Amino acid sequence: MNGFDWIVLLATMVGISAYGAWHTRHVSSLKTYLKGSDKAKWGTIGLSVMATQASAITFLSIPGQGYESGIGFVQNYFGLPIALIIVSAVFLPIYRKLGVYTAYEYLGRRFDAKTRLLGAALFLLQRGLAAGVTIYAPAIILSSVLGWDLDLTIVSTGLLVIVYTVTGGSEAVNLTQKWQMAVIFGGMVTAFFVLLHKLPNGFGFGDAAHVAGAMGKLQAVDFSLNPDRRYTFWTGIFGGLCLSLSYFGTDQSQVQRYIGGAALREGRLGLMFNGLLKIPMQFMILLLGALVFVFYQFQPAPVYFNQTEWRRHSQGAHGEAFRAIESRYAAAHEARERAVTAWNDVRKESNPAAESAARVAMLDAQKSLDAVRADAKGALLAADPEAKTKDSDYVFITFILSELPHGAIGLLVAVMIAAALSSKAGELNALATTTTIDLWRQFRPLAAADEARNVRVAKWFTFFWGMVAIAFALFAGFAENLIEAINILGSIFYGVVLGVFLVAFFIQRVKGTAVFFAAIAAQVLVIVLYSTLDISYLWYNLIGCAACVCFSVVLQSLLGSAREEAAA
Amino acid sequence: MTPPEKDSPADAPPQVPGFKTWRGLYLFVGIVFLLTVAALALFSSAFA
Repeated sequence: MNGFDWIVLLATMVGISAYGAWHTRHVSSLKTYLKGSDKAKWGTIGLSVMATQASAITFLSIPGQGYESGIGFVQNYFGLPIALIIVSAVFLPIYRKLGVYTAYEYLGRRFDAKTRLLGAALFLLQRGLAAGVTIYAPAIILSSVLGWDLDLTIVSTGLLVIVYTVTGGSEAVNLTQKWQMAVIFGGMVTAFFVLLHKLPNGFGFGDAAHVAGAMGKLQAVDFSLNPDRRYTFWTGIFGGLCLSLSYFGTDQSQVQRYIGGAALREGRLGLMFNGLLKIPMQFMILLLGALVFVFYQFQPAPVYFNQTEWRRHSQGAHGEAFRAIESRYAAAHEARERAVTAWNDVRKESNPAAESAARVAMLDAQKSLDAVRADAKGALLAADPEAKTKDSDYVFITFILSELPHGAIGLLVAVMIAAALSSKAGELNALATTTTIDLWRQFRPLAAADEARNVRVAKWFTFFWGMVAIAFALFAGFAENLIEAINILGSIFYGVVLGVFLVAFFIQRVKGTAVFFAAIAAQVLVIVLYSTLDISYLWYNLIGCAACVCFSVVLQSLLGSAREEAAA
Repeated sequence: MTPPEKDSPADAPPQVPGFKTWRGLYLFVGIVFLLTVAALALFSSAFA
C-alpha cells in the first residue's frame, strides 16, 4: 500500500465513522438509541440488514472458498429468501405490534421470565463469542499480508466502531452501514472489472467460465442426498432455512435492524430487498473467487497464499526443502498453463475426441499442481506442527495487493474494514440492547422509567461489549477457516433458539416451563451429536429446532397430564 | 417495552407498484428464488 491507498482507506473509514458519530451525537431517546430513527425507510433498513450479515469474513473467506472449492457454497443461502418471507409475514408484525426492543422480550410476554432469560443468555453467549471472531478475522489476515501489527489492528478497528456505536446507538449503526455498503459494492465491482481486464488477451469471461467449469469450480447446485456432502441443495433448503430463520427472526443483531423504521411496510420491504439480492450477491463474490482461480492459471501464483507463514519457515532450517517445492511448483504451473491454453484452443474446434484428451491432460496438470501444494503444506507441518495449513482466506487479499492498481488497493482494504465495522457495530448494538433490556432492567425494574439513565446504561454496555470483543480477539485463537467457524458456532445454538420461537408463535398450548426444559434438553442433544457425529453442520440447525419443538410438545403433554392428575 | 407501534394493519397493501397484497409480493420473491436456482443450475451445466 502506498500513500494514495492510505488516503483512500483512512478517508473512507474514519470519514464514515466520524460522520455517523457527529450526526447522531444528540440522540437522547431510548427508542431511537436502541431501535434507530423512526423515519428510516426500507432502503436504509435493507442495507442495514445486509451490512450486519456481510462481515469482513464474507469478503476475505468467500472468494477463497470460490477459489478452493468452487461456488457450491452459494447453496448455503438457499433457505434465506423463504426464511425472510416467514419473518416478514409472521415475526415482524408481532414484534412491532408489541413494541418490543428485543426478540427475547417477546418470549417473556409469551412464556415467562426464565424462558426470556434463556433466549437472551443463548444470544449473548453465541453472539458475544462471534463478536470476537468478527474483529479478529480481518485483523489477522490484514496484519499478516500488510505487515501491520496484529494487536494494533484489532484495537484500532475495535475502538473506531466503539466510538460511533456508543455515541449514536442504532441510529449511528444504520447511518454508517448505508455508506459502508456503498464502499463495499464499489470495491467489489472494481475488483470484478480489474480481474476481467487482467485475463490474457482474447480470453473473455466466457473462456474463463469454461476453464473454471472444466476444473469443477462452477458446480453451483448439487442435488445429491449424500449426508457427507457439506453443501447441497437440500442442506441449503432445510438446514439453511433453519439457520436463516433463526438468524433473521431471533438473533437480536438482525431483529434490531428491522423492528424500528417508519412503518411495518419499511421493515418488510427491507427484508424482501435482501430476499431478492442476497443469493445473487453471494454468487458474485464466489464467482470472483473462481475467476481469481482462472487468473492464476496464467499468472504465477504463490505455492502457499499465506506468504508470511511460508517465508517464516522457508528462511529456517528447512529452507532447502521449501525452495525445492517452489521450483517444482513453478514447473507444474507452467505445464498447467500450457494444458489450459491447449484445451481452450481445442474446445472451440468441434472435435470431441481432441477436446476430451486435452481436458484430461488439463485435469492431470491440475492434479500435479495440487499434489505440489499438498507437499508444501506437508513441509510446513514438518517444519512446525503448529503451522497453519489452510490458506484460502489469503487468496483474494493476495490478488488485491499484487494485481490491483494503487487507489483500488486502498478501496478494497477499505471494503474489508468497512464490512468488519458494519457487522461489528450491529453486534455491539444488539449485545448492549439485550443486556440493558433483558438483564439489567429485569433486575432493576424501577429504573425502567428513567429514560436518560437507560440510555446511559445502554452506552456503557455498548462500550463493555466492545472491550470484551477486543479482549477476546487479542487473546483467543480461532479455527482456520473463519466463516465456517462462525457458521458452525451459530448452527450449534441457532436451531434450539429457533425452536423456542416457533413454539412461541405456532403452538399456543405449550407454556413456559415445558419449552424452557425442552430447550435445555435439545441444546445438550445438539452438543452431544456435534461431538460424536460427522455430518454437515447445517443439519444441526434442523436437529436442534426439531428436538426443541418435539420435546416441548411432549413435555407439555406430560406436565398437563400431571397437573390434571393432581387436580383430580 | 415501548408503547405498541401505531402501524398500518399487517394486511394493508404493500404500496409497491404491481402488487396489491403482501401475499403477491411474497409469491414474487419465491418465484424469483426458484428462477435463480434454475439459472444457477443452468449456469453450472453450461460450463461443466
